[in-house]
Amino acid sequence: MTTPQSLADLPAAGAPRSTVRGADRAAGVRAPRRRPRRRGGFVALRTVVAVVASVVVAFPLVWMLVVAFSPRGEVFGRGLRLLPSALTLENFERVLERYPVGAWFGNSIVIGVFVTVLTVVVSLLAGYAFAQLRFVGRTAVFLVFLATLMIPVQAIMVAQFRLVNGLEIYGTYWAVILPSAATAFGVFLARQFMLGIPQELIEAARLDGAGPIRVFTLIVLPLSGPLVAVLVLLTLLGSWNDFAWPLIALKDPDLYTLPVGLLYLKGQTNPDYNGIMALAVISVLPMVALFLAFQRFFVQGFVRSGVR
Amino acid sequence: MTTLPGARRPGRRAARLRENLVGWAFIGPNLVLLSVFLLVPILWAVQLSFQETRGFGDPEWVGGANYARMVADPVFWQTLGNTVLFTLVTVPVEMALGLGLAVLLDGVLPGRRTWRTMLVLPMVISGVASAMIAVILFTEANGLVNKVLRALGLGAVPWQSDGALAMVSVIVTMIWLRVGLNMIIYLAGLQSVSPELYEAAELDGAGAWQRFRSITVPLVGPSTFFLLVLNVIASFQVFDLVFVLTGGGPGYSTSVLGTYAYRNGFQIREQGYGAALGVVILVVTLAFTVVQWRTNRTRDLTE
Repeated sequence: MTTPQSLADLPAAGAPRSTVRGADRAAGVRAPRRRPRRRGGFVALRTVVAVVASVVVAFPLVWMLVVAFSPRGEVFGRGLRLLPSALTLENFERVLERYPVGAWFGNSIVIGVFVTVLTVVVSLLAGYAFAQLRFVGRTAVFLVFLATLMIPVQAIMVAQFRLVNGLEIYGTYWAVILPSAATAFGVFLARQFMLGIPQELIEAARLDGAGPIRVFTLIVLPLSGPLVAVLVLLTLLGSWNDFAWPLIALKDPDLYTLPVGLLYLKGQTNPDYNGIMALAVISVLPMVALFLAFQRFFVQGFVRSGVR
Repeated sequence: MTTLPGARRPGRRAARLRENLVGWAFIGPNLVLLSVFLLVPILWAVQLSFQETRGFGDPEWVGGANYARMVADPVFWQTLGNTVLFTLVTVPVEMALGLGLAVLLDGVLPGRRTWRTMLVLPMVISGVASAMIAVILFTEANGLVNKVLRALGLGAVPWQSDGALAMVSVIVTMIWLRVGLNMIIYLAGLQSVSPELYEAAELDGAGAWQRFRSITVPLVGPSTFFLLVLNVIASFQVFDLVFVLTGGGPGYSTSVLGTYAYRNGFQIREQGYGAALGVVILVVTLAFTVVQWRTNRTRDLTE
């Protein structure tokens, strides 16, 4: 997906730091005083609106926590109850005891790590080629890559299902991993970033006798730190939250990922909503933690790719 | 000393060949993955859409029968209508709220970082978890929303048994999930608007609303266009939220193309028809991708 030219780039190697300002400021991580800030009137009124909007948006997540830590059935009983009578871990204990939550967590991690490593490696290689190497068919292939960017699994799930069946990987980790890693999204981000690597640097290394692999590993990769961070975080997030394809590609409940496991709990007769919220908390916590720790990279990636 | 033109050619040709090989070798791994798991299934999906399958058995060529069936299928039209309605409602609201919040948080404001973080946080929550939270909020009998409505003396609302209200619950959840993306892209867009413009307009006596209308809105035009395409595609492809929150029900009143294609492909196992529905999603998605290319913004991508 493309962004308007006015949007800030990922911090390209060797580019002046000012090119990152938009995404940075959007992230609220650093607010460099690089220009006179808009004065902004009505501060009190605007603050009130901001607080109300933030509370409204955050409320569903707070409610998830309330339900997850309330005694079973309490908030669903008669009358309006906003706070639990006591905080309890019983919902977590019950869910962990009755369902293979540990396995689901592990599956999400294993699949997430494999998808991420595979996607990032092949995307870096291809992104470098599209940005810096000259070869026959480059533009044509890149256009094909771009065209596939927004195609959702729902459009081709029947064929993909038959494909993994035919390859005899249906129901395995690979059935999830390989189609998930087949994406041009990382290539697009990598190419954008690597266009910013000065060609003279690569030329100089070549004249010194470095082969293409050495140029890539010794010159390009060390300059691509921020790119790798964005790619790793966004790919991991996408894989962790992915639902439709794991739902189709996995069969054995022990191999489910967390989102599919959540649906499994809802599918039980007389679903245990406190338990479901406990599992929801378990499933969102790792990504919330990563987001709070690396907000700047997440936001740069979102702004650059438009993918959430 | 003269150099014969032909003398260097083999060397140059070898170098060019080598350059080509290196380039293709670097895109190779990605190209293989993309070809096998994306391009082949796309072609295969188109082929399957002209076939009929019994269960997961061998397909049989039926020409355009699946598409003819689609045209005659009232549920397809209802589903398409739902999808379009969902898109038409969610996209403008997401963008208006996103722009409003971006403008709100662009200027000086106490606690600005905190509000931004809170507003962006839903972006890392999975569609399934979001839908689950929506389920417990909108449950008719004892969900929080109805309890609050009752406490306010407004009476409970049939979020699950009434089709239109079920659609409202899905729409609200989708907006919640996506407003953060709209906000940060607009925030990034606002960085290109020079503060001097506002100062000049203010000196000329333009009010806040006038400044917003005649400076902010036109100058974030590129972000608006970018978001428009993104949001339309995302809404048109909605799956997780609807599947978990309403399952397309009650009846087919929240059924969208994504869930209907899944239903046909995997629940009632009409894979040919499911594939044909997928092709509709594919065509619309590609159409919007092309619209985006046309507006030269992609030209910098392809040189």
